Amino acid sequence: MTAVLRLEGIHKSFGSTEVLRGIDLTVDSHQVVALIGASGSGKSTLLRTINLLETVDDGQVWLAGVDVSDPSVRADAVRARIGVVFQHYNLFPHLSVLDNVTLASRHVFGSPRPTAEARGLELLERIGLADHARSFPDRLSGGQQQRAAIVRAIATNPELLLLDEITSALDPELVTEVLDLVRELKADGTTIVMATHEMAFARDVADRVVFLDRGVIAEQGTPAEVFGNPQQPRTREFLSRFLQ
Amino acid sequence: MSSEEARGPSDVELGRRAFRRRQGFRSVLISIASTLALALVAWITIINTPGWARVQQTFFEPGVALEALPRVWDGFLLNVRVLLFAAAGVLVLSIVIAGIRTLRGPIFFPLRALAAGYTDLFRGMPLIITLYLVGFGIPGLIGAGGPRIPSEVLGTIALILTYSAYVSEVFRAGIEAVHPSQRLAARSLGLSHGASMRLVILPQAVRKITPALMNDFVAMQKDVGLISVLGAVDAVRAAQIETSHAFNFTPYVVAGLLFVLLALPLIRLTDWYSARLRAREQSGAIV
Repeated sequence: MTAVLRLEGIHKSFGSTEVLRGIDLTVDSHQVVALIGASGSGKSTLLRTINLLETVDDGQVWLAGVDVSDPSVRADAVRARIGVVFQHYNLFPHLSVLDNVTLASRHVFGSPRPTAEARGLELLERIGLADHARSFPDRLSGGQQQRAAIVRAIATNPELLLLDEITSALDPELVTEVLDLVRELKADGTTIVMATHEMAFARDVADRVVFLDRGVIAEQGTPAEVFGNPQQPRTREFLSRFLQ
Repeated sequence: MSSEEARGPSDVELGRRAFRRRQGFRSVLISIASTLALALVAWITIINTPGWARVQQTFFEPGVALEALPRVWDGFLLNVRVLLFAAAGVLVLSIVIAGIRTLRGPIFFPLRALAAGYTDLFRGMPLIITLYLVGFGIPGLIGAGGPRIPSEVLGTIALILTYSAYVSEVFRAGIEAVHPSQRLAARSLGLSHGASMRLVILPQAVRKITPALMNDFVAMQKDVGLISVLGAVDAVRAAQIETSHAFNFTPYVVAGLLFVLLALPLIRLTDWYSARLRAREQSGAIV
Protein backbone atom coordinates (compact mmCIF):
# COMPACT_ATOMS: atom_id res chain seq x y z
CA MET A 1 0.00 0.00 0.00
CA THR A 2 1.28 3.47 -0.86
CA ALA A 3 1.54 5.87 2.03
CA VAL A 4 -0.75 8.91 1.86
CA LEU A 5 2.20 11.12 2.66
CA ARG A 6 5.93 10.52 2.59
CA LEU A 7 8.51 13.17 3.40
CA GLU A 8 12.15 12.56 2.48
CA GLY A 9 14.99 14.73 3.74
CA ILE A 10 12.98 17.97 3.97
CA HIS A 11 15.14 21.06 4.46
CA LYS A 12 13.85 24.60 4.79
CA SER A 13 15.58 27.82 5.82
CA PHE A 14 14.31 31.34 6.32
CA GLY A 15 17.29 33.58 5.68
CA SER A 16 20.13 32.14 7.76
CA THR A 17 17.77 30.26 10.11
CA GLU A 18 17.50 26.56 9.33
CA VAL A 19 13.98 25.67 10.40
CA LEU A 20 13.80 22.12 9.04
CA ARG A 21 17.00 20.08 8.91
CA GLY A 22 16.24 16.82 7.16
CA ILE A 23 12.79 15.49 8.05
CA ASP A 24 11.73 11.96 7.05
CA LEU A 25 8.16 11.01 7.82
CA THR A 26 5.63 8.53 6.48
CA VAL A 27 1.90 8.76 7.13
CA ASP A 28 -0.31 5.82 6.18
CA SER A 29 -3.97 5.96 5.30
CA HIS A 30 -6.36 6.49 8.28
CA GLN A 31 -3.43 7.33 10.52
CA VAL A 32 -3.37 10.25 12.93
CA VAL A 33 0.09 11.66 13.48
CA ALA A 34 0.70 14.27 16.19
CA LEU A 35 3.64 16.65 15.84
CA ILE A 36 4.78 17.88 19.22
CA GLY A 37 7.67 20.13 20.16
CA ALA A 38 8.48 23.57 21.49
CA SER A 39 7.48 26.72 19.65
CA GLY A 40 9.95 27.28 16.83
CA SER A 41 10.77 23.59 16.50
CA GLY A 42 9.42 23.63 12.92
CA LYS A 43 5.96 22.07 13.33
CA SER A 44 4.04 24.75 11.46
CA THR A 45 6.67 25.10 8.76
CA LEU A 46 6.58 21.36 8.19
CA LEU A 47 2.79 21.47 7.73
CA ARG A 48 3.13 24.34 5.29
CA THR A 49 5.72 22.53 3.19
CA ILE A 50 3.35 19.55 2.93
CA ASN A 51 0.64 21.53 1.17
CA LEU A 52 3.19 23.61 -0.77
CA LEU A 53 2.45 26.92 0.93
CA GLU A 54 6.24 26.88 1.42
CA THR A 55 8.61 25.48 -1.18
CA VAL A 56 11.23 23.15 0.25
CA ASP A 57 14.94 23.95 -0.09
CA ASP A 58 15.75 20.27 -0.41
CA GLY A 59 14.04 16.90 -0.10
CA GLN A 60 10.83 15.53 -1.53
CA VAL A 61 7.14 15.53 -0.60
CA TRP A 62 5.27 12.47 -1.88
CA LEU A 63 1.49 12.61 -1.87
CA ALA A 64 -0.10 9.24 -2.69
CA GLY A 65 3.05 8.15 -4.48
CA VAL A 66 3.55 11.32 -6.54
CA ASP A 67 6.39 13.76 -5.88
CA VAL A 68 4.45 17.01 -5.45
CA SER A 69 7.58 19.03 -4.63
CA ASP A 70 8.41 18.74 -8.35
CA PRO A 71 7.99 22.32 -9.62
CA SER A 72 6.11 21.11 -12.71
CA VAL A 73 3.29 19.82 -10.49
CA ARG A 74 0.35 22.25 -10.31
CA ALA A 75 0.36 23.40 -6.69
CA ASP A 76 -3.31 24.46 -6.71
CA ALA A 77 -4.37 20.92 -7.65
CA VAL A 78 -2.25 19.48 -4.82
CA ARG A 79 -3.66 21.92 -2.26
CA ALA A 80 -7.19 21.03 -3.34
CA ARG A 81 -6.47 17.46 -2.18
CA ILE A 82 -5.26 18.55 1.26
CA GLY A 83 -7.39 20.22 3.93
CA VAL A 84 -5.81 22.75 6.27
CA VAL A 85 -7.10 24.20 9.54
CA PHE A 86 -5.24 27.17 11.00
CA GLN A 87 -4.66 28.35 14.54
CA HIS A 88 -6.66 31.54 13.98
CA TYR A 89 -9.46 29.83 11.98
CA ASN A 90 -8.95 32.21 8.99
CA LEU A 91 -12.60 32.05 8.02
CA PHE A 92 -13.51 34.55 5.33
CA PRO A 93 -15.28 37.36 7.21
CA HIS A 94 -17.22 38.65 4.19
CA LEU A 95 -18.84 35.27 3.45
CA SER A 96 -21.55 33.45 5.38
CA VAL A 97 -20.57 30.27 7.21
CA LEU A 98 -22.19 28.19 4.47
CA ASP A 99 -20.38 30.11 1.72
CA ASN A 100 -17.11 29.58 3.58
CA VAL A 101 -17.76 25.86 3.68
CA THR A 102 -18.85 25.55 0.04
CA LEU A 103 -16.34 27.93 -1.56
CA ALA A 104 -13.84 25.25 -2.58
CA SER A 105 -16.53 22.82 -3.77
CA ARG A 106 -18.03 25.46 -6.02
CA HIS A 107 -14.95 27.25 -7.29
CA VAL A 108 -12.25 24.58 -7.26
CA PHE A 109 -14.25 21.44 -7.99
CA GLY A 110 -17.02 23.16 -9.95
CA SER A 111 -19.93 21.62 -8.03
CA PRO A 112 -23.24 23.35 -8.72
CA ARG A 113 -24.36 25.51 -5.81
CA PRO A 114 -27.32 23.28 -4.73
CA THR A 115 -25.09 20.18 -4.54
CA ALA A 116 -22.36 22.01 -2.63
CA GLU A 117 -24.86 23.59 -0.24
CA ALA A 118 -26.62 20.31 0.46
CA ARG A 119 -23.28 18.78 1.43
CA GLY A 120 -22.29 21.90 3.39
CA LEU A 121 -25.55 21.96 5.33
CA GLU A 122 -25.23 18.26 6.08
CA LEU A 123 -21.78 18.85 7.58
CA LEU A 124 -22.91 21.93 9.51
CA GLU A 125 -25.87 19.92 10.79
CA ARG A 126 -23.46 17.31 12.06
CA ILE A 127 -21.51 19.83 14.12
CA GLY A 128 -24.68 21.59 15.29
CA LEU A 129 -24.09 24.79 13.34
CA ALA A 130 -26.85 24.42 10.73
CA ASP A 131 -28.72 27.30 12.40
CA HIS A 132 -25.72 29.50 11.78
CA ALA A 133 -25.30 28.57 8.10
CA ARG A 134 -26.38 32.04 6.94
CA SER A 135 -24.61 33.90 9.75
CA PHE A 136 -21.30 35.63 9.28
CA PRO A 137 -18.26 34.28 11.11
CA ASP A 138 -18.04 37.24 13.51
CA ARG A 139 -21.35 36.18 15.08
CA LEU A 140 -19.84 32.83 16.14
CA SER A 141 -17.79 31.95 19.21
CA GLY A 142 -14.16 30.93 18.74
CA GLY A 143 -14.99 27.26 19.14
CA GLN A 144 -17.81 27.50 16.63
CA GLN A 145 -15.57 29.35 14.18
CA GLN A 146 -12.88 26.73 14.48
CA ARG A 147 -15.37 23.91 13.97
CA ALA A 148 -16.70 25.71 10.91
CA ALA A 149 -13.12 26.04 9.67
CA ILE A 150 -12.62 22.28 10.13
CA VAL A 151 -15.80 21.60 8.17
CA ARG A 152 -14.59 23.98 5.45
CA ALA A 153 -11.36 21.98 5.24
CA ILE A 154 -13.10 18.59 4.96
CA ALA A 155 -16.02 19.65 2.74
CA THR A 156 -14.20 18.47 -0.39
CA ASN A 157 -13.15 15.11 1.12
CA PRO A 158 -9.40 15.75 1.13
CA GLU A 159 -7.00 12.79 1.23
CA LEU A 160 -5.10 14.40 4.06
CA LEU A 161 -6.05 16.86 6.79
CA LEU A 162 -3.46 19.18 8.35
CA LEU A 163 -4.28 20.78 11.70
CA ASP A 164 -1.97 23.57 12.81
CA GLU A 165 -2.38 24.11 16.57
CA ILE A 166 -6.09 24.49 16.10
CA THR A 167 -6.90 24.94 19.79
CA SER A 168 -4.12 27.37 20.71
CA ALA A 169 -6.23 30.50 20.17
CA LEU A 170 -9.28 29.15 22.02
CA ASP A 171 -10.50 29.75 25.55
CA PRO A 172 -10.04 26.59 27.62
CA GLU A 173 -13.78 25.87 27.83
CA LEU A 174 -14.04 25.93 24.02
CA VAL A 175 -11.18 23.49 23.40
CA THR A 176 -13.23 20.38 24.13
CA GLU A 177 -15.84 20.92 21.41
CA VAL A 178 -13.10 21.29 18.80
CA LEU A 179 -11.14 18.25 19.99
CA ASP A 180 -14.34 16.15 20.07
CA LEU A 181 -14.82 16.96 16.40
CA VAL A 182 -11.28 15.82 15.61
CA ARG A 183 -12.02 12.56 17.46
CA GLU A 184 -15.05 12.06 15.22
CA LEU A 185 -12.95 12.66 12.12
CA LYS A 186 -10.50 10.03 13.29
CA ALA A 187 -13.36 7.61 13.82
CA ASP A 188 -14.43 8.29 10.22
CA GLY A 189 -10.97 7.24 9.06
CA THR A 190 -9.59 10.67 8.11
CA THR A 191 -5.82 10.78 7.68
CA ILE A 192 -4.56 13.59 9.90
CA VAL A 193 -1.25 15.29 10.62
CA MET A 194 -1.61 17.74 13.50
CA ALA A 195 0.73 20.09 15.26
CA THR A 196 -0.48 20.38 18.83
CA HIS A 197 0.31 21.47 22.37
CA GLU A 198 -2.53 19.37 23.79
CA MET A 199 -0.46 16.46 25.09
CA ALA A 200 -3.39 14.64 26.65
CA PHE A 201 -5.24 14.83 23.38
CA ALA A 202 -2.22 13.63 21.38
CA ARG A 203 -1.83 10.69 23.73
CA ASP A 204 -5.50 9.86 23.41
CA VAL A 205 -6.05 10.23 19.66
CA ALA A 206 -2.74 9.89 17.83
CA ASP A 207 -1.56 6.62 16.34
CA ARG A 208 1.93 8.03 16.28
CA VAL A 209 3.59 10.91 18.09
CA VAL A 210 6.51 12.71 16.48
CA PHE A 211 8.69 14.93 18.65
CA LEU A 212 10.36 17.71 16.67
CA ASP A 213 13.37 19.45 18.14
CA ARG A 214 15.22 22.27 16.36
CA GLY A 215 14.18 21.12 12.92
CA VAL A 216 14.82 17.39 13.26
CA ILE A 217 12.70 14.47 14.46
CA ALA A 218 14.27 13.68 17.81
CA GLU A 219 11.97 10.80 18.63
CA GLN A 220 8.82 9.13 17.37
CA GLY A 221 6.64 6.18 18.26
CA THR A 222 3.26 5.25 19.65
CA PRO A 223 1.85 7.58 22.34
CA ALA A 224 2.63 4.91 24.90
CA GLU A 225 6.28 4.82 23.84
CA VAL A 226 6.87 8.58 23.53
CA PHE A 227 4.83 9.68 26.56
CA GLY A 228 5.31 6.58 28.69
CA ASN A 229 8.97 5.89 28.12
CA PRO A 230 10.77 8.65 26.22
CA GLN A 231 14.24 7.59 25.11
CA GLN A 232 15.82 10.96 24.38
CA PRO A 233 16.81 13.42 27.11
CA ARG A 234 15.37 16.29 25.00
CA THR A 235 12.01 14.55 24.84
CA ARG A 236 11.99 13.92 28.57
CA GLU A 237 12.87 17.54 29.24
CA PHE A 238 10.12 18.80 26.91
CA LEU A 239 7.47 16.47 28.33
CA SER A 240 8.37 17.17 31.93
CA ARG A 241 7.34 20.79 31.39
CA PHE A 242 3.87 19.62 30.38
CA LEU A 243 3.39 17.04 33.07
CA GLN A 244 3.98 19.38 35.97
CA MET B 1 -34.89 42.96 27.11
CA SER B 2 -38.26 41.98 28.56
CA SER B 3 -36.88 41.62 32.06
CA GLU B 4 -35.48 45.14 31.88
CA GLU B 5 -38.87 46.49 30.85
CA ALA B 6 -40.52 44.68 33.70
CA ARG B 7 -37.93 46.03 36.14
CA GLY B 8 -37.88 49.61 34.89
CA PRO B 9 -34.89 51.92 35.21
CA SER B 10 -33.70 52.86 38.68
CA ASP B 11 -34.01 56.38 40.10
CA VAL B 12 -30.30 56.92 39.60
CA GLU B 13 -30.59 56.04 35.91
CA LEU B 14 -33.67 58.29 35.54
CA GLY B 15 -31.72 61.13 37.08
CA ARG B 16 -28.81 60.53 34.69
CA ARG B 17 -31.15 60.50 31.69
CA ALA B 18 -32.80 63.76 32.76
CA PHE B 19 -29.37 65.34 33.20
CA ARG B 20 -28.28 64.19 29.71
CA ARG B 21 -31.49 65.57 28.21
CA ARG B 22 -30.90 68.97 29.82
CA GLN B 23 -27.29 68.92 28.65
CA GLY B 24 -28.35 68.00 25.10
CA PHE B 25 -30.92 70.80 25.02
CA ARG B 26 -28.36 73.32 26.23
CA SER B 27 -25.77 72.30 23.64
CA VAL B 28 -28.30 72.67 20.82
CA LEU B 29 -29.15 76.20 22.00
CA ILE B 30 -25.49 77.14 22.28
CA SER B 31 -24.66 75.81 18.83
CA ILE B 32 -27.58 77.68 17.24
CA ALA B 33 -26.55 80.92 18.95
CA SER B 34 -22.89 80.62 17.96
CA THR B 35 -23.75 79.75 14.36
CA LEU B 36 -26.02 82.78 14.07
CA ALA B 37 -23.39 85.04 15.63
CA LEU B 38 -20.70 83.83 13.24
CA ALA B 39 -22.98 84.21 10.21
CA LEU B 40 -23.88 87.75 11.29
CA VAL B 41 -20.22 88.76 11.70
CA ALA B 42 -19.34 87.27 8.29
CA TRP B 43 -22.30 88.96 6.64
CA ILE B 44 -21.55 92.40 8.13
CA THR B 45 -17.87 92.09 7.20
CA ILE B 46 -18.62 91.19 3.60
CA ILE B 47 -21.31 93.77 2.92
CA ASN B 48 -19.13 96.46 4.42
CA THR B 49 -16.24 95.81 2.04
CA PRO B 50 -15.90 98.71 -0.41
CA GLY B 51 -16.51 96.58 -3.53
CA TRP B 52 -19.45 94.56 -2.25
CA ALA B 53 -22.09 96.30 -4.35
CA ARG B 54 -20.08 95.73 -7.54
CA VAL B 55 -19.33 92.11 -6.71
CA GLN B 56 -22.95 91.43 -5.87
CA GLN B 57 -23.97 92.83 -9.22
CA THR B 58 -21.44 90.85 -11.27
CA PHE B 59 -21.62 87.49 -9.45
CA PHE B 60 -25.01 87.26 -7.79
CA GLU B 61 -27.53 88.83 -10.18
CA PRO B 62 -30.79 86.82 -9.92
CA GLY B 63 -32.10 87.92 -13.32
CA VAL B 64 -28.96 86.80 -15.11
CA ALA B 65 -28.93 83.55 -13.15
CA LEU B 66 -32.49 82.73 -14.18
CA GLU B 67 -31.78 83.49 -17.80
CA ALA B 68 -28.58 81.40 -17.87
CA LEU B 69 -30.01 78.43 -16.00
CA PRO B 70 -31.58 76.48 -18.93
CA ARG B 71 -28.37 76.41 -21.01
CA VAL B 72 -26.10 75.81 -18.04
CA TRP B 73 -28.45 73.00 -16.95
CA ASP B 74 -28.24 71.38 -20.41
CA GLY B 75 -24.45 71.55 -20.19
CA PHE B 76 -24.59 70.17 -16.68
CA LEU B 77 -26.46 67.09 -17.92
CA LEU B 78 -23.51 66.44 -20.25
CA ASN B 79 -21.20 66.62 -17.18
CA VAL B 80 -23.34 64.06 -15.39
CA ARG B 81 -23.22 61.72 -18.41
CA VAL B 82 -19.45 62.09 -18.68
CA LEU B 83 -19.15 61.48 -14.95
CA LEU B 84 -21.10 58.21 -15.10
CA PHE B 85 -19.10 56.86 -18.05
CA ALA B 86 -15.81 58.00 -16.53
CA ALA B 87 -16.64 56.43 -13.15
CA ALA B 88 -17.46 53.09 -14.78
CA GLY B 89 -14.25 53.25 -16.85
CA VAL B 90 -12.13 54.16 -13.83
CA LEU B 91 -13.55 51.27 -11.81
CA VAL B 92 -12.64 48.72 -14.49
CA LEU B 93 -9.24 50.11 -15.47
CA SER B 94 -8.07 50.71 -11.89
CA ILE B 95 -8.93 47.18 -10.75
CA VAL B 96 -7.02 45.79 -13.74
CA ILE B 97 -3.98 47.99 -13.00
CA ALA B 98 -4.07 47.16 -9.28
CA GLY B 99 -4.38 43.46 -10.11
CA ILE B 100 -1.38 43.63 -12.41
CA ARG B 101 0.68 45.42 -9.78
CA THR B 102 0.04 42.65 -7.25
CA LEU B 103 1.04 39.84 -9.64
CA ARG B 104 4.13 37.95 -8.61
CA GLY B 105 6.66 36.06 -10.68
CA PRO B 106 9.26 37.14 -13.23
CA ILE B 107 7.01 36.48 -16.25
CA PHE B 108 4.85 39.39 -15.25
CA PHE B 109 7.74 41.84 -14.87
CA PRO B 110 7.01 43.79 -18.10
CA LEU B 111 3.32 44.08 -17.19
CA ARG B 112 4.15 45.15 -13.64
CA ALA B 113 6.67 47.72 -14.85
CA LEU B 114 4.18 49.07 -17.37
CA ALA B 115 1.47 49.39 -14.71
CA ALA B 116 3.89 51.08 -12.28
CA GLY B 117 5.03 53.48 -15.00
CA TYR B 118 1.41 54.25 -15.85
CA THR B 119 0.47 55.17 -12.27
CA ASP B 120 3.65 57.26 -11.87
CA LEU B 121 3.03 59.15 -15.10
CA PHE B 122 -0.64 59.94 -14.71
CA ARG B 123 -0.52 60.73 -11.02
CA GLY B 124 2.21 63.24 -11.73
CA MET B 125 0.69 64.78 -14.85
CA PRO B 126 -1.73 67.68 -14.30
CA LEU B 127 -5.20 66.68 -15.50
CA ILE B 128 -5.43 69.70 -17.79
CA ILE B 129 -2.31 68.63 -19.70
CA THR B 130 -3.63 65.07 -20.04
CA LEU B 131 -6.84 66.61 -21.37
CA TYR B 132 -4.90 68.56 -24.01
CA LEU B 133 -2.70 65.59 -24.93
CA VAL B 134 -5.66 63.24 -25.33
CA GLY B 135 -8.04 65.85 -26.73
CA PHE B 136 -5.74 67.04 -29.47
CA GLY B 137 -3.31 64.10 -29.66
CA ILE B 138 -5.77 61.30 -30.47
CA PRO B 139 -7.52 63.23 -33.29
CA GLY B 140 -4.02 64.01 -34.57
CA LEU B 141 -3.15 60.31 -34.62
CA ILE B 142 -6.35 59.47 -36.48
CA GLY B 143 -5.63 62.18 -39.04
CA ALA B 144 -7.89 64.52 -40.93
CA GLY B 145 -9.49 61.75 -43.01
CA GLY B 146 -10.65 59.66 -40.07
CA PRO B 147 -13.87 59.86 -38.07
CA ARG B 148 -14.33 62.85 -35.78
CA ILE B 149 -14.46 61.88 -32.12
CA PRO B 150 -16.71 64.16 -30.00
CA SER B 151 -14.69 66.21 -27.53
CA GLU B 152 -16.72 64.94 -24.56
CA VAL B 153 -15.62 61.39 -25.42
CA LEU B 154 -11.98 62.48 -25.53
CA GLY B 155 -12.47 64.30 -22.24
CA THR B 156 -13.93 61.16 -20.68
CA ILE B 157 -10.88 59.17 -21.83
CA ALA B 158 -8.51 61.72 -20.28
CA LEU B 159 -10.46 61.61 -16.99
CA ILE B 160 -10.36 57.82 -16.95
CA LEU B 161 -6.60 57.81 -17.57
CA THR B 162 -5.87 60.27 -14.77
CA TYR B 163 -8.27 58.97 -12.15
CA SER B 164 -7.51 55.28 -12.75
CA ALA B 165 -3.92 56.02 -11.77
CA TYR B 166 -5.09 57.32 -8.37
CA VAL B 167 -7.85 54.81 -7.80
CA SER B 168 -5.64 51.83 -8.72
CA GLU B 169 -3.30 52.87 -5.91
CA VAL B 170 -6.27 52.96 -3.53
CA PHE B 171 -7.24 49.45 -4.66
CA ARG B 172 -3.65 48.24 -4.26
CA ALA B 173 -3.53 49.63 -0.72
CA GLY B 174 -6.82 47.86 0.02
CA ILE B 175 -5.55 44.57 -1.39
CA GLU B 176 -2.40 44.79 0.70
CA ALA B 177 -4.42 45.70 3.81
CA VAL B 178 -6.22 42.34 3.75
CA HIS B 179 -4.39 40.10 6.21
CA PRO B 180 -2.01 37.60 4.52
CA SER B 181 -3.65 34.75 6.45
CA GLN B 182 -6.75 35.25 4.30
CA ARG B 183 -4.73 34.65 1.14
CA LEU B 184 -3.14 31.64 2.80
CA ALA B 185 -6.54 30.18 3.70
CA ALA B 186 -7.83 30.77 0.17
CA ARG B 187 -4.79 29.19 -1.47
CA SER B 188 -4.88 26.23 0.93
CA LEU B 189 -8.37 25.42 -0.39
CA GLY B 190 -6.85 25.04 -3.85
CA LEU B 191 -8.09 28.37 -5.21
CA SER B 192 -5.78 29.87 -7.85
CA HIS B 193 -4.20 33.30 -7.44
CA GLY B 194 -6.90 34.85 -9.61
CA ALA B 195 -9.77 33.08 -7.86
CA SER B 196 -8.42 34.00 -4.40
CA MET B 197 -8.20 37.60 -5.54
CA ARG B 198 -11.72 37.68 -6.95
CA LEU B 199 -13.52 35.68 -4.26
CA VAL B 200 -11.60 36.44 -1.08
CA ILE B 201 -9.18 39.39 -1.27
CA LEU B 202 -10.97 41.98 -3.44
CA PRO B 203 -14.35 41.78 -1.67
CA GLN B 204 -12.62 42.47 1.65
CA ALA B 205 -10.38 45.14 0.13
CA VAL B 206 -13.35 47.00 -1.34
CA ARG B 207 -15.02 47.24 2.07
CA LYS B 208 -11.87 48.72 3.54
CA ILE B 209 -11.40 51.35 0.83
CA THR B 210 -15.00 52.37 0.12
CA PRO B 211 -14.66 55.76 1.89
CA ALA B 212 -11.47 56.53 -0.04
CA LEU B 213 -13.12 55.48 -3.31
CA MET B 214 -16.14 57.67 -2.67
CA ASN B 215 -13.84 60.56 -1.89
CA ASP B 216 -12.08 60.14 -5.24
CA PHE B 217 -15.48 60.01 -6.91
CA VAL B 218 -16.40 63.35 -5.33
CA ALA B 219 -13.12 64.81 -6.58
CA MET B 220 -13.84 63.55 -10.10
CA GLN B 221 -17.34 65.00 -9.94
CA LYS B 222 -15.98 68.51 -10.09
CA ASP B 223 -13.10 67.73 -12.41
CA VAL B 224 -15.56 66.72 -15.15
CA GLY B 225 -16.02 70.48 -15.54
CA LEU B 226 -12.53 70.63 -17.05
CA ILE B 227 -13.62 68.89 -20.25
CA SER B 228 -14.83 72.32 -21.32
CA VAL B 229 -11.23 73.16 -22.33
CA LEU B 230 -11.66 70.73 -25.24
CA GLY B 231 -14.72 72.63 -26.48
CA ALA B 232 -17.44 70.32 -25.16
CA VAL B 233 -20.44 72.45 -24.22
CA ASP B 234 -20.78 71.37 -20.62
CA ALA B 235 -21.97 73.46 -17.67
CA VAL B 236 -18.72 75.42 -17.45
CA ARG B 237 -18.58 76.10 -21.18
CA ALA B 238 -22.27 77.06 -21.26
CA ALA B 239 -21.68 79.40 -18.33
CA GLN B 240 -18.76 80.95 -20.20
CA ILE B 241 -20.96 81.57 -23.24
CA GLU B 242 -23.73 83.04 -21.10
CA THR B 243 -21.22 85.20 -19.26
CA SER B 244 -19.93 86.73 -22.48
CA HIS B 245 -23.50 87.47 -23.55
CA ALA B 246 -24.55 89.10 -20.32
CA PHE B 247 -21.18 90.70 -19.37
CA ASN B 248 -21.83 89.21 -15.94
CA PHE B 249 -20.17 86.37 -14.04
CA THR B 250 -23.35 85.05 -12.41
CA PRO B 251 -23.67 82.05 -14.81
CA TYR B 252 -20.37 80.70 -13.43
CA VAL B 253 -21.81 80.82 -9.93
CA VAL B 254 -24.89 78.99 -11.20
CA ALA B 255 -22.72 76.25 -12.70
CA GLY B 256 -20.63 76.07 -9.53
CA LEU B 257 -23.73 75.67 -7.36
CA LEU B 258 -25.02 72.87 -9.60
CA PHE B 259 -21.74 70.97 -9.07
CA VAL B 260 -21.96 71.48 -5.32
CA LEU B 261 -25.56 70.22 -5.29
CA LEU B 262 -24.46 67.13 -7.22
CA ALA B 263 -21.61 66.44 -4.81
CA LEU B 264 -23.45 67.06 -1.54
CA PRO B 265 -25.47 63.81 -1.28
CA LEU B 266 -22.39 61.73 -1.97
CA ILE B 267 -20.25 63.70 0.47
CA ARG B 268 -22.86 63.10 3.18
CA LEU B 269 -23.09 59.43 2.20
CA THR B 270 -19.30 59.07 2.43
CA ASP B 271 -19.29 60.61 5.90
CA TRP B 272 -22.13 58.38 7.03
CA TYR B 273 -20.50 55.23 5.66
CA SER B 274 -17.10 56.06 7.20
CA ALA B 275 -18.73 56.66 10.56
CA ARG B 276 -20.61 53.37 10.34
CA LEU B 277 -17.42 51.52 9.39
CA ARG B 278 -15.59 53.09 12.34
CA ALA B 279 -18.41 52.12 14.68
CA ARG B 280 -18.34 48.52 13.47
CA GLU B 281 -14.58 48.31 13.84
CA GLN B 282 -14.77 49.61 17.38
CA SER B 283 -17.42 47.06 18.28
CA GLY B 284 -14.95 44.37 17.30
CA ALA B 285 -16.47 43.32 13.99
CA ILE B 286 -14.01 42.49 11.27
CA VAL B 287 -15.68 43.99 8.23
